[in-house]
Amino acid sequence: MASSSSSEGEGRRAWVPLASRPEFAGVTPLPQDDGPSPVVAIAYRDDFRETMDYFRSLYSSRELSPRSLLLTSLAISVNPANYTVWHFRRQVLEALGADWTEELEFTEGVAKRNAKNYQLWHHRRWVAEKLGPDAASRELEFTRKIFCLDAKNYHAWSHRQWVLQALGGWEDELDYCAQLLEEDVFNNSAWNQRYFVITKSPSLGGLNAMRDSEVDYAIEAIHANPENESPWRYLRGLYNDENEAWLNDSRVHSACLRVLKAKRNFKFALSTLLDLLGLGFKPNQEIKDAITSLRTSDLGEAGSDSDLANSICSILGLEDPMRANYWTWRKQQASSSS
Amino acid sequence: MPIGIAASFRFAGPRKEKKKKKLGGARMEPPPPPPPPPLGTTVTQRDQWTVEQEVGRIYSFFAQLPPAAQSFALEVQRDNHIEYLTRGLRGLAPSFGSLDASRPWICYWIIHSLALLGEPIDAELEESIIDFLSRCQDPSGGYGGGPGQLPHLATTYAAVNSLITLGGSRSLSSINRDKVHNFLRQMKQPSGGFRMHDGGEIDVRACYTAISVASTLNILDDELAEKVGDFILSCQTYEGGIAGEPGSEAHGGYTFCGLATMILINEVDRLDLSRLIDWVVFRQGVECGFQGRVNKLVDGCYSFWQGGACALLQKLHPFGLSEGGEDESTDSIDSSLYAASNVSEQEEQENNLESASPQVDGTCQFKQGGPQSASCSENTGNASYNFHERCAEGGSLFNSSALQQYILLCSQLPEGGFRDKPGKFRDFYHTCYCLSGLTVCQYSRSKHADSPPLPWDVVGPYSNLLEPIHPLHNVVLSKYQEANEFFAG
Repeated sequence: MASSSSSEGEGRRAWVPLASRPEFAGVTPLPQDDGPSPVVAIAYRDDFRETMDYFRSLYSSRELSPRSLLLTSLAISVNPANYTVWHFRRQVLEALGADWTEELEFTEGVAKRNAKNYQLWHHRRWVAEKLGPDAASRELEFTRKIFCLDAKNYHAWSHRQWVLQALGGWEDELDYCAQLLEEDVFNNSAWNQRYFVITKSPSLGGLNAMRDSEVDYAIEAIHANPENESPWRYLRGLYNDENEAWLNDSRVHSACLRVLKAKRNFKFALSTLLDLLGLGFKPNQEIKDAITSLRTSDLGEAGSDSDLANSICSILGLEDPMRANYWTWRKQQASSSS
Repeated sequence: MPIGIAASFRFAGPRKEKKKKKLGGARMEPPPPPPPPPLGTTVTQRDQWTVEQEVGRIYSFFAQLPPAAQSFALEVQRDNHIEYLTRGLRGLAPSFGSLDASRPWICYWIIHSLALLGEPIDAELEESIIDFLSRCQDPSGGYGGGPGQLPHLATTYAAVNSLITLGGSRSLSSINRDKVHNFLRQMKQPSGGFRMHDGGEIDVRACYTAISVASTLNILDDELAEKVGDFILSCQTYEGGIAGEPGSEAHGGYTFCGLATMILINEVDRLDLSRLIDWVVFRQGVECGFQGRVNKLVDGCYSFWQGGACALLQKLHPFGLSEGGEDESTDSIDSSLYAASNVSEQEEQENNLESASPQVDGTCQFKQGGPQSASCSENTGNASYNFHERCAEGGSLFNSSALQQYILLCSQLPEGGFRDKPGKFRDFYHTCYCLSGLTVCQYSRSKHADSPPLPWDVVGPYSNLLEPIHPLHNVVLSKYQEANEFFAG
């Protein structure tokens, strides 16, 4: 099961065995101690095995040298998920006094092929921290590039949030969120980031100050695509613990009403009204009528449900059958509390 | 024009609903090519549309099969899965180099899957596994991704769970508990969270792997549990789900980890459970499987992360649906579970089992008083041991039969193994979590922790039944119990 060729699919230069390289003269490769009858034994490629044998040698002797740095680069290229290698690399960088900007370039190379690798992002965070606030714009730009390829990369979003909080650069963030949502209003990561910005950005005044305009923003998105779960959750989140304010913001129940009247994609509208009712919301006749008119014939007359919450749960049980059990449970909750 | 063809999906309905009418002969022509996605759509909509088309094709094809073929399609391909798994245990192709720092994980994914399928591992192989994992154990404590690698919380979790799944005193005693305890303490952070490894990342996964291991090894103390709840609470987002770090997006994997951890340290009531429940139930989509985040694609592995979270949640809140609804219990959570089920009802259920598959144990294990584990501190108690005994009363929070349908028809590969979704390749991770999700489904309506499910709770033939798991740790229940006794002293 051997192949010494490293050119398969990786685009690297032709592999020169480490044993032939002068920079590693005198290093005795240390084979992996898999034991006499290994399990989940990987049939390593020759270049992989040799690289890791050399790594083990320098790692176990704790050699913090330029050739160790080189070796960690090689080891990372054969397996970017090897956290021990990254850890050792950090030790080497600190001992040698690294050029942190060069190190960022190194990680960029790794990221091209492995944008979803934990170790890469953790390392990048560590390097950026060394550079401090000066690194902020480069980090924001870097994550932007990642988002062009995958606008929901979880690691990249966490990194971006860390950069903003640790290094700054908030100024354009709300605009960036708006841009992403312009491109894809269903991008829940962008909605999450928007929430992060309006609550945490030092230049925006916090949730209370932002709430009003954000409610309008969310409702506009809702009406464009009522089936889009993101703005519904965002809207709810704007009122997180402020139940009174949520109940009393007429824009919220008006938005629900408008969606109900359109008679399509109304499950989130009904669900929102159900939540509101649970908190003591008193709907007007128009809302009651809109709900009632959604009842299909198999539900019987409205009078068979004791109240509006019950009615909503019945409708949702049919409209959203995947969650039939959940709506039944909500119905029980509603009746036990009334 | 709305994306989504929910109306055309027929998922396996509730109890006893038989499927399609018998046809004269199966239509075997290839389905017509799908129409292109509508114009003016976003990336999210297009990607979602593509998956719905693919999944819809599978379900439509299934729907028109004659009953015998349908039955076969829904069968867990036990032998082929076992072969796929066992081969992996022995050796792996060069492409697995990318998992060279996760070999205890590969062990766990395979060993746990085999255990779920009720397939024992031969003694020699077991020896080799114990030996290998011992070589992954760091002299100062914890397990790394391979021999000589830095100890890491995730691989420690995987190694410990593997050894518990193997069972037996040789396996269990190979774990150096004191050293593991040391390692956990070293990883503990002032914020309450844990680092994954020396100088590593801090997130909710780290909390879960640390606390789960501490719990199963009976070394969970106040020092380890301190402020973990604060950290996890700060990770519950405005959406209701839990993120990896404060501020990040609500995500299924982290939601399971966060929820399970809070239960283990007895602080689950600090979470906003109704918002959490609302978020997680909406993660099951028209495809019948679960997505990891809002507006993202279905993936078989979330059958466990999200399905498992639902299973945990329904043990916390009485769902009392099958008996026409019970009052929401105002009693303390502990009391709800010891309510004795009607013995004659139990007998009736046992008589209804169609065919006893080997792993079905007809007796319901009633707890005999509380477990007293002297080495556990007063505060943390033994939430884990108590918790698995809780009964999910009546119906399940999520749509169990739909999820089983997704797992069996879309994730399962007849030649062995499970995958994320159609179009993706099989792997051991997805095999593990699809099977784990499947057992969660099968037992989701069981009145007691490991009492055998009713025939209609199991989609496909009753022989599909897997071993029950401990829902907090995701190890086979009987193995968990053995380990719990072993480490109690």
